Amino acid sequence: MNIRGIIPALVVVGVIFAIWTAAVIPMNAHLTADQAQRDGLVMTPEAPRDRQDFTGLTLAIKNPAIIPLTYTLTRPRLPSPHQVAIEMYETIFTKAPTSRRSLVYHGWVTLSATLLGFVIGTTLGVLLAVGIVYNRTMDKSVMPWAITSQTIPILALAPMIIVMLGAIGIQGLLPKSIISAYLSFFPVVVGMVKGLRSPDGMQLDLLRTYSANANQGFWKLRLPASMPYLFASLKIGISAALVGAIVGELPTGARAGFGARMLVGDQYGQPMVTWAALFGAAITAALLVAILSWIERRTLTRMGMGATA
Amino acid sequence: MNSTSVISAKNLNLTFETNDGPVHALKDVSLDIKKGEFVSFIGPSGCGKTTFLRCIAGLETPTSGDISVNGMTPDEARKARAYGYVFQAAGLYPWRTIGGNISLPLEIMGFSKAEQRERVNRVMDLVDLGGFEKRFPWQLSGGMQQRASIARALAFDADILLMDEPFGALDEIVRDHLNEQLLKLWARTEKTIAFVTHSIPEAVYLSTKIVVMSPRPGRITDVIDSPLPKDRPLDIRDSAEFIEISHRVRDGLRAGHVDD
Repeated sequence: MNIRGIIPALVVVGVIFAIWTAAVIPMNAHLTADQAQRDGLVMTPEAPRDRQDFTGLTLAIKNPAIIPLTYTLTRPRLPSPHQVAIEMYETIFTKAPTSRRSLVYHGWVTLSATLLGFVIGTTLGVLLAVGIVYNRTMDKSVMPWAITSQTIPILALAPMIIVMLGAIGIQGLLPKSIISAYLSFFPVVVGMVKGLRSPDGMQLDLLRTYSANANQGFWKLRLPASMPYLFASLKIGISAALVGAIVGELPTGARAGFGARMLVGDQYGQPMVTWAALFGAAITAALLVAILSWIERRTLTRMGMGATA
Repeated sequence: MNSTSVISAKNLNLTFETNDGPVHALKDVSLDIKKGEFVSFIGPSGCGKTTFLRCIAGLETPTSGDISVNGMTPDEARKARAYGYVFQAAGLYPWRTIGGNISLPLEIMGFSKAEQRERVNRVMDLVDLGGFEKRFPWQLSGGMQQRASIARALAFDADILLMDEPFGALDEIVRDHLNEQLLKLWARTEKTIAFVTHSIPEAVYLSTKIVVMSPRPGRITDVIDSPLPKDRPLDIRDSAEFIEISHRVRDGLRAGHVDD
């Protein structure tokens, strides 16, 4: 990517961080005022109950002394960017990756479930798409079910899958992977069906003039023609798979993974832990998509479609 | 059937059932094409010229009538690799190199790797594309792409070349050039060519026989045997004979439009 492409992206990130930084003051004003009063500072108004009548912003204006303090609370309502950065630095770089306090450890737990689920989902999606394109009955029957499957809230379904699989003795990686697969197969089905059907009548007629069989039509025309569509779907699929793995960790009291960290941070009043896990998940998703984009560019360039794709 | 006829159609009818009722795409079409002829089909849209070509190729099935190709049904002829088909667009696979595109039919028909290479080289020279084997289609101009698609149709040595407006999407200068090359190719390979076109000069310049067709129902209104010599420089188009044939084609096309 060239510099001109990066600048707009940096501007957007900068604006988001500016809004975040500004929001820390009103969001934490009440907590900070309470703490400052306990530490001996004089607050206006003095009674904590009276302060509830003011918005965070008004309170901060009335007590400018607390403004810098809103950024250093140990248990803030909204952590400041630098607090999250410190938490991430400590849990990523200063802890052994095998430690339960390491974000790398938790990230790997989620990532391994994501990757297994992504592989299952993609395989299933491609097979279903081939079936839909080549079999009239599957064309009529599978697509409505695939669409219906995505209308069920995954948050409602995830605990059921985990509990039911647990009842028959399947625990650990696989139940989470199944939820990942459940979310990631759908974009692959949709993209591959479109891709396998992308050759036009003329290209199909050409193969007929060679008396090509269905097998040759698939391997020589339909499959290569579907590659750009497949990659577009894979990029959606892998982010969906990551979300699936995290959702799979949330309802079951999982002890490891990004989902577990988010829950722990929430339950034990450690917002920095939650936010670090959130950012960890976002960075992981971005890296996964970036890797797929790189493979996509290389593959399509090697296939001679780099100029158009 | 005449013994030298490679394509023979008798009282061919083809009706498409559409939502607006039946469309008579071909009505009582009878035509003999002899070995080594260059036959052009010319007429307005809907006159059935492409449909007739597709019937020869076995891509459409006539409703009634007889059609034979090399003495076989079109389906049998296709399986016997009797013809190569060139479409209006080059339709090269973007993920294959030019060489890879030309060897596509060879792969499907099961030629050995060595034979594929040998044939690809030979037909690429035939269409003056030598040296472009490793390029991808997007690196070639439209005219070169269409030449590659002709090479692809020639690669498996079919006797008949069916061409459906192959130069329709190209500009006039490129088209003139390709017409000239096509005539040379035809002289060298002695193939039988059936060529669909919209252009009167193209039809007259290329053909030994011009078939004029009319729409609603699609039918043949005139068959003109060209008196032009086989060796045709581009400037033959200024000769009196050429202009005379062009007039006759134009009159035939106009007559077909009377009922509009």
